[in-house]
Amino acid sequence: MDFTLNKEHEMARTLFKEFAENEAKPLAQEVDEKEMFPRETVDKMAKYGFLGIPVPKEFGGQGCDILTYVMCVEELSKVCGTSGVIVSAHTSLCVDPIMTFGTPEQKAKYLVPLAKGEKLGAFGLTEPGAGTDAQGQQTKAVLDGDEWVLNGSKCFITNGKEADVYVIFAVTGKIEKKGRVMKEISAFIVEKGTPGFTFGTKENKMGIRGSSTYELIFTDCRIPKENLLGQQGKGFNIAMHTLDGGRIGIAAQALGIAEGALERTIAYTKERKQFGKSISAFQNTQFQLADMATKVEAAKMLVYKAALKKQEYVTNPKVSYSVEAAMAKLYAAEVAMEVTTKAVQLHGGYGYIREYEVERMMRDAKITEIYEGTSEVQRMVISANILK
Amino acid sequence: MKIIVCIKQVPDTKGGVKFNPDGTLDRAAMLAIMNPDDKAGLEAALRLKDQYGAEVTVLTMGLPKAADALREALAMGADKAVLVTDRVLGGADTWATSTTIAGAIRNLDYDLIITGRQAIDGDTAQVGPQIAEHLQLPVISYAQDLKVEGDKVIVQRQYDDRYHVVEAKMPCLVTALSELNPPRYMTPGGIFDACKAEITTWGRADLKDVEDCNLGLNGSPTKIAKASDKVRKGAGEKIVPDSPSDGVKYIVEKLSEKHVI
Amino acid sequence: MSLEEYKDVYVFAQQVDGEISGISYELLGKAKDLAAALGQKVVAVLLGYNVKGLADSLAEYGADKVIVVDDKELEVYRTEPYAHGLASVINEFKPEIMLVGATAIGRDLGPTVSARVATGLTADCTQLDIGDFPLVAIPGKESEQKHNQLLMTRPAFGGNTIATIACPNNRPQMATVRPGVMQKIEPIKGAKAEVVDYNPGFTPDNRYVTVKEVVKAVSDTVDIMNAKILVSGGRGVGSPENFKILEDLAAVLGGEVSCSRAVVDSGWKPKDLQVGQTGKTVRPHVYFAIGISGAIQHVAGMEESDIIIAINKDEDAPIFDVADYGIVGDLNKIVPELTESIKKALAEK
Repeated sequence: MDFTLNKEHEMARTLFKEFAENEAKPLAQEVDEKEMFPRETVDKMAKYGFLGIPVPKEFGGQGCDILTYVMCVEELSKVCGTSGVIVSAHTSLCVDPIMTFGTPEQKAKYLVPLAKGEKLGAFGLTEPGAGTDAQGQQTKAVLDGDEWVLNGSKCFITNGKEADVYVIFAVTGKIEKKGRVMKEISAFIVEKGTPGFTFGTKENKMGIRGSSTYELIFTDCRIPKENLLGQQGKGFNIAMHTLDGGRIGIAAQALGIAEGALERTIAYTKERKQFGKSISAFQNTQFQLADMATKVEAAKMLVYKAALKKQEYVTNPKVSYSVEAAMAKLYAAEVAMEVTTKAVQLHGGYGYIREYEVERMMRDAKITEIYEGTSEVQRMVISANILK
Repeated sequence: MKIIVCIKQVPDTKGGVKFNPDGTLDRAAMLAIMNPDDKAGLEAALRLKDQYGAEVTVLTMGLPKAADALREALAMGADKAVLVTDRVLGGADTWATSTTIAGAIRNLDYDLIITGRQAIDGDTAQVGPQIAEHLQLPVISYAQDLKVEGDKVIVQRQYDDRYHVVEAKMPCLVTALSELNPPRYMTPGGIFDACKAEITTWGRADLKDVEDCNLGLNGSPTKIAKASDKVRKGAGEKIVPDSPSDGVKYIVEKLSEKHVI
Repeated sequence: MSLEEYKDVYVFAQQVDGEISGISYELLGKAKDLAAALGQKVVAVLLGYNVKGLADSLAEYGADKVIVVDDKELEVYRTEPYAHGLASVINEFKPEIMLVGATAIGRDLGPTVSARVATGLTADCTQLDIGDFPLVAIPGKESEQKHNQLLMTRPAFGGNTIATIACPNNRPQMATVRPGVMQKIEPIKGAKAEVVDYNPGFTPDNRYVTVKEVVKAVSDTVDIMNAKILVSGGRGVGSPENFKILEDLAAVLGGEVSCSRAVVDSGWKPKDLQVGQTGKTVRPHVYFAIGISGAIQHVAGMEESDIIIAINKDEDAPIFDVADYGIVGDLNKIVPELTESIKKALAEK
């Protein structure tokens, strides 16, 4: 048992921190206010390999581990929640399933450019009528000769219009399981620009406003047969596996947002004077900060533990990290919401004003309790495991 | 082409300097970073590597923990790293430091040596030109632009109110200004490789053609007579005027009192 | 090497384009003090091509003797012929002290020459004294204390610390000296110095670089180092346009506008107007610090000013710790009104 980071992780932390401070932070406010996708930052992240951190070098990645990836999302989210989720959605939801379930040809064609950051990835599972309940899927894929024909739509898709490669889930038939007829779901790789693949509404969101959240529409969209990802009918497993990993990314985002808010609040309470002394000299402030810091630290332990557990899975696929990921996301997201809310309160009136960042962080934090499985879903995953 | 870049690990003075209760510098409380001018020099070397496929060796002299700065350089893209560390080399002034580094460089092949113009801790700007002197190389200091053409370097050498375009035949030594070019970041994969990479470590015995009497504290011609936290001029008067006009009146009074107006 | 063979205080008389640099006169001013303390002479070393005519002005500013090294190779500054010239003078004439300006030339020439003549060099000094080393004799070793040593004081760590350095066992004692810190003397009109011609011979080798082009900065900005009154603005001024109110104030006082690093970094003003550790050291009669917080790096470049007046809306700004007169308030209101008041006051006279 050792809680100290080794040299490479310390150096990686320094790198991500420097990058976040210099590149992401100066744009964060504009990204939020103008709902601006930070293309410039994403291009720089691509150049420095941030979009392929846990991918082996043979596939154009950096050959690092999950913890390094988690620290990248964490540090970016400290200054800009939008930048954090762009990396998380790309890496956990698109790169990871192709790396795990892709054929050698699919890896060569899609994983390599994704890992090099030449292409950006997205993931389409959610539909207007299918969120937590994947069986509600309406999007269909029908094999016609050498092509699958997709029809339907996906909503709330992160990196929506900005991505180049999409992992899309669709119903490919019906199966009987224990006497019940269920939808057979499969996963596909779809490229932007495929005829019949268009974009619908852009969502106007409360937080992470620069992340380009779009509706994806498929109308007789024909993709090559070989773009089926994994086996036909294994879509649900692929989706669940992918979301387990994605939750670690979102947990890292939540952790980063909480840390960012805490850092700013510590600095602010030292500077801000009332009744002739810094407000950090008041016991209420001190105790609030103590609670916030303790919870952030606890969240960090859970997030890093989940990262290490997923790392174990990389070498031993029998290992499950599902519960660790759920706990990390559940806790980190709730801590992010609590810490950012308290941060706004400790900033007083200034906390409610745009320039003071904590207001943005509070809005950004909320989504971490919702996407890639709500806090309620995480509780279902955790309780199912402990009650089995 | 073979390039040696000399770098130094320095305390980061950007966020202010921290002192121990006894007034000495609290180095432990300050972040150790690669000296900014050196980093710009390293970037110049890495650009030459990108352009011509040069081999870049980074070299530093310091405590064993200076290896961290070398690893950072490797993670940015340098190929090899040399750490010169030895207790007998401690306390060196610029003469002894340049003697030591020249002694290490004599073991290496090179076409070009790049150092930073100056380090943010000592601010001397002396070690680069002194290394060149020990190695009998042409030196071009204060480089704001650096190009290689064939066996020559072409440098924009900055002066106060002008720059010279200077050409020198390699091997030679160039000292880099931070303005030379903004350094690149490390890459995550570069970091992982750098942590596994072997760093060549040399001590006194590995230095070529140097004499003990020119090394370390004893071999330093300059001696520190006194070092202290800077004593600053005390604060004068400060007023919080009721209105801007009162403030203006106050300044005008003071200016006439001092016969400025 | 017998240290006693070395005597007199030497100054490298930097010239560019046949014009003596201001630092050379500042060094002569200081050298005069040091030479007086030692009972020795002030010697200027003038390197260049067709520069002999400059010897008189060096005499007027305090040189007792001028050694002129005049050679075509020295027409434009290059490290090698200059280092050869100065090192040869040192070896031939054996100075006790050798002072060089801490300019972009001196900070290249100084280290090269000191390494060549195998002595110590202290960089960018802000104070020079003659005294004992160690400062206080070690009990029982009183006889080992050396007297009449050059004590060279310099800031380090971006101006955060200060160290006094000696060079007790090697000669000459060499220092580069920060421009703008030492005081030149009032020139003594008609003063003459002994002029000695010396040429060690210059044979180009691989260390002679080629200057292919000299590109002078096109700038009509003034030299803030010579201004008697500086109106200096920081980030608090708010915008490049708003520097107008500072320019107006400078204009009525016959001063110049300078600025902090933040202003240069924001692209509001050119770098040659920057005061501070990485900019210029100034010591005007009056220094207005307007909207400047007073980071230590800035203070290092202006704290020697005779009168410092700070205007800042932040009551806790560190600039007030060095200001003689501090006014907490809105610069946008105070500065224009101040300009008008001064205008009126001057008109009444």
